Amino acid sequence: MTDTHTGFGRMHRKEDARFIRGRGTYVDDVRLQGMLYGAVLHSPHAHARIISVDTSAAEAHPKVKAVITGETLASLNLAWMPTLSNDVQAVLATDKVRFQGQEVAFVVAEDHYSARDALELIDVDYEPLPVVADARRALDDDAPVIRDDVEGRTDNHIFDWEAGDRRRTDEVFAGADVVVAQDMLYPRVHPAPLETCGMVADMDKVTGKLTVWTTTQAPHAHRTLYALVAGLPEHKIRVISPDIGGGFGNKVGIYPGYVCAIVGSIVTGKPVKWMEDRSENLMTTSFARDYHMQGEIAATREGKILAVRVTTLADHGAFNGSAQPTRFPAGFFHVFTGSYDLEAAHCEVTGVYTNKAPGGVAYACSFRITEAVYLVERLVDVLAGELGVDPAELRLKNLLRPDQFPYTCATGWEYDSGDYAKTLRVALDMAGYDELRAEQAEKRAHGELMGIGLSFFTEAVGAGPRKHMDILGLGMADGAELRVHPTGKAVLRISVQSQGQGHETTFAQIVSQELGIPADDVEVVHGDTDQTPFGLGTYGSRSTPVSGAAAAVVTRKVRERARLVAGAMLEADPGDLEWEAGRWYVRGDQEAGVTIKDIAMAAHGNLELPEGVEGHLDATTVYNPPNLTYPYGAYICVVDVDPGTGKVSVRRFVAVDDCGVRINPMIVEGQVHGGLADGIGMALMQVMAFDDEGNHLGASFMDYLLPTSMECPSWELGETVTPSPHHPLGAKGVGESATVGSPVAVVNAVVDALKPYGVRHADMPLTPANVWRTIQGRPFRTDLAIT
Amino acid sequence: MQVPSHFEYERATGVEEVLALLAKYGPEARVVAGGHSLLPMMKLRLATPDALIDINDVSELSYIRVEGDELLIGALVRHAELLASPVVAEHFPIFRDAERVIADPIVRNRGTIGGSLCQADPSEDLSAAFAAVRATVVIRNADGSRTLPVREFHTGPYETEVGDGELLTEVRVPIRPGGSSAYEKVDRRAGDWPLAAAGAALWLDGGTVADVGIGLTAVGAKHFVAAEAEEYLRGRPADEDSFAEAGRIAAEHCDPVADQRGPADYKRHLAGELTTRVLRRAAERART
Repeated sequence: MTDTHTGFGRMHRKEDARFIRGRGTYVDDVRLQGMLYGAVLHSPHAHARIISVDTSAAEAHPKVKAVITGETLASLNLAWMPTLSNDVQAVLATDKVRFQGQEVAFVVAEDHYSARDALELIDVDYEPLPVVADARRALDDDAPVIRDDVEGRTDNHIFDWEAGDRRRTDEVFAGADVVVAQDMLYPRVHPAPLETCGMVADMDKVTGKLTVWTTTQAPHAHRTLYALVAGLPEHKIRVISPDIGGGFGNKVGIYPGYVCAIVGSIVTGKPVKWMEDRSENLMTTSFARDYHMQGEIAATREGKILAVRVTTLADHGAFNGSAQPTRFPAGFFHVFTGSYDLEAAHCEVTGVYTNKAPGGVAYACSFRITEAVYLVERLVDVLAGELGVDPAELRLKNLLRPDQFPYTCATGWEYDSGDYAKTLRVALDMAGYDELRAEQAEKRAHGELMGIGLSFFTEAVGAGPRKHMDILGLGMADGAELRVHPTGKAVLRISVQSQGQGHETTFAQIVSQELGIPADDVEVVHGDTDQTPFGLGTYGSRSTPVSGAAAAVVTRKVRERARLVAGAMLEADPGDLEWEAGRWYVRGDQEAGVTIKDIAMAAHGNLELPEGVEGHLDATTVYNPPNLTYPYGAYICVVDVDPGTGKVSVRRFVAVDDCGVRINPMIVEGQVHGGLADGIGMALMQVMAFDDEGNHLGASFMDYLLPTSMECPSWELGETVTPSPHHPLGAKGVGESATVGSPVAVVNAVVDALKPYGVRHADMPLTPANVWRTIQGRPFRTDLAIT
Repeated sequence: MQVPSHFEYERATGVEEVLALLAKYGPEARVVAGGHSLLPMMKLRLATPDALIDINDVSELSYIRVEGDELLIGALVRHAELLASPVVAEHFPIFRDAERVIADPIVRNRGTIGGSLCQADPSEDLSAAFAAVRATVVIRNADGSRTLPVREFHTGPYETEVGDGELLTEVRVPIRPGGSSAYEKVDRRAGDWPLAAAGAALWLDGGTVADVGIGLTAVGAKHFVAAEAEEYLRGRPADEDSFAEAGRIAAEHCDPVADQRGPADYKRHLAGELTTRVLRRAAERART
């Protein structure tokens, strides 16, 4: 079936045909001749000295081909690898294990079963050590030092970082009529993509070429890092990221399993597949959040918000492996100025080591804007309670006005465009806000608990401008290449990689829009470093802001080249030609025109080419974004709480997003749906807690819950469109908007429902037990074991 | 990747064959039907049976019917079948209530009634529901069969009266007029294990409680039963005060433990709250 859809607008995803027929190819679907299977041995202890590792019994297993330990890797200088935050992480432990689940040994065998059986034959002698499981105790004088691999280290302190003007902020606070403080925890959660992480590594000893099929959101960055770390020549490394079953930030970093699979292939001379299981994914790969925040907000008695400040303790686990632009150890957290016109703002963030898995920024958070939005939107609600004003009214009074854009906030971010009040009003109208408040009042009179929660978020996505942002020295600009074949069909090669975002459709639509040919006539090639130009990958909602812009720019280059060729074909001055969808024609003579298809054939044919055209129409570009894009939205959540059980039901969720121009609204809405479900998951059920011994208490999907359709209402979506002034298409990123904006709307709704009990805050997740404890007025920690 | 350790596999088509295979493979063999508890445990290597005896083709154990004054449920009946059965719904709404909140449709399509009881998870729903309606179970072995009350079936967490070489084949529920039943559970999310759940079967004599069965799960109630609350309620007026007091007694006598689903006192509170609710609902249903 041919779809002639051209340009922006709703169209079914090109990739769906293979996914709904079960014809996707994921890493675990890759099977190579002679392939072996790897399995990782993990530490049962959160903190222990390794006395010895005896692999002799495992090596004697008839189907085992290799057993790799930290010692093996040390001999190759690969026992430690750099993290994305300029720290190092053990690939396989040599001296100590520092979190439960840490990688200790790697077995390569003829099949999965034998590899797994052989793990049980490895004898590791551990000497357990005292554990730092509570981030708030990490800097205690008597806390055990986790990172004694670093010479001279005497504590668990990683960094202190601040943003904003402390003195000015303190002055504003000192002079304010009203100051409210609220401590809050954004607990450790996990991206939990349905496809876990894995790799098939194939080192060809004859050609010297390493090919890896791997679950990566950033294939080009991984290639460069493998080259830098392992000393392999970069042109001899090919990273293929085939169909990926969700990433959400989990697949940005490089994990020990990847390195082990590569070493396994080098050692055995055979392809090696390593695919982690669910518990391994939850216990060892990049977590998200874990921010302990002490926030304060200052305002006038009339409700003008003046300033926000926050002191944050950031739990980074045993190795600082948080993934963000290198200059920002707290990611973009300092955009906690939110959507409001503040006079001043200041934050300080202290990062600490604990005996937990490393990672830190993952899970659709736009480099910690999730935490920032949670902070400011909770504080605004707490302030509304203190002032006795309606939270919608307080927001409307303080939102940035359209005439203030571009707006530089108190911590230095330059918001590109927005009409915030309009978006909030659309949401309030859709929700029937006044009627909801009336219903709530009536219900309260009968002892029923109904809550209405708002959030207004501003995102900052599309990292990023090279002068401000890099990851380990790699600039965050993206390449794009466009070929137009003689028959007018096109192939777009992009650096970003899809984990379900629908790039093959959205990017085809960008070329389609700019070139006037059907989107089905554009093949999008991605996820293979031998086939695509360099770029930093898909995360932080950066695909459309950066690579989408690159696709538009490269298509416009092709279009301009086509103009020159068309001029030669029409014997007209190219300057006299006009463009309409798909063709150039002579101004004033609509009939005298040629289509892109005609032009493409001519450009490859025997037409005498004009000056400046070497032949063909193909073009390449690299797009360095001048700024981030700032999508935003207004969310309203309505909940009912059962006072007898503490159970929360989300009755309605209204989400009005403004992400600028929407390329494919259906895909945008799908992204929003997913993010809203994520938000309900985080707000109501998700946390990775640890007991005193550092045992992971959420290491399976029985303990770490993903929301289902039963917990999600029928989403009510709305939109406003405020184009980005600096993006060639006026588009902004949207992938993480709903994940960033929704959790706090749910929490605000639950806290609103509990107002009759005098509640003004409760930490996530708001499970029935935690709601009940909140109603009881009992303090509790959601990040520790329940006793 | 999670993979089980080595095991033998046999597929049986009749009860006699199952018993023969159990004899052949000995105590380290396990019967598998839906496999929704056993297979994950095997993949995590928490269970390492020598052999699996697959009873999915033992169609003689797949029936729901009324015989005399008893509802008979074959051990191989799937959760989805129990949920969809009009005859079950007519006599025991407690099962419809419970089955709607047990796991999810995929699990309910495969998981069996017999498997649920034999797994004997201390948070299992049907154990409480069958306790409330005072079911009996039929266990077959090489010598024949024996029956015992479901309230004596569970001997501890993950332990039952089904011995080596034996197979649970049937659950029987006595049908008595003048009553009704209900079940309610609180969970963190659809498909999760309960934080607590309660089931009640109530028989009225005018405004008085003629007889009552109360089942509790996930709260450490002995044999999944709130015996003290039952005793209190029998002969009392079927009213709000009695149900509230029964809830209080049920809460007092259960023994929940804290875990990440909630602290013990919260679970105790739920045991009381849910007991009161299901008694109220069962009484409402009995009256209409």
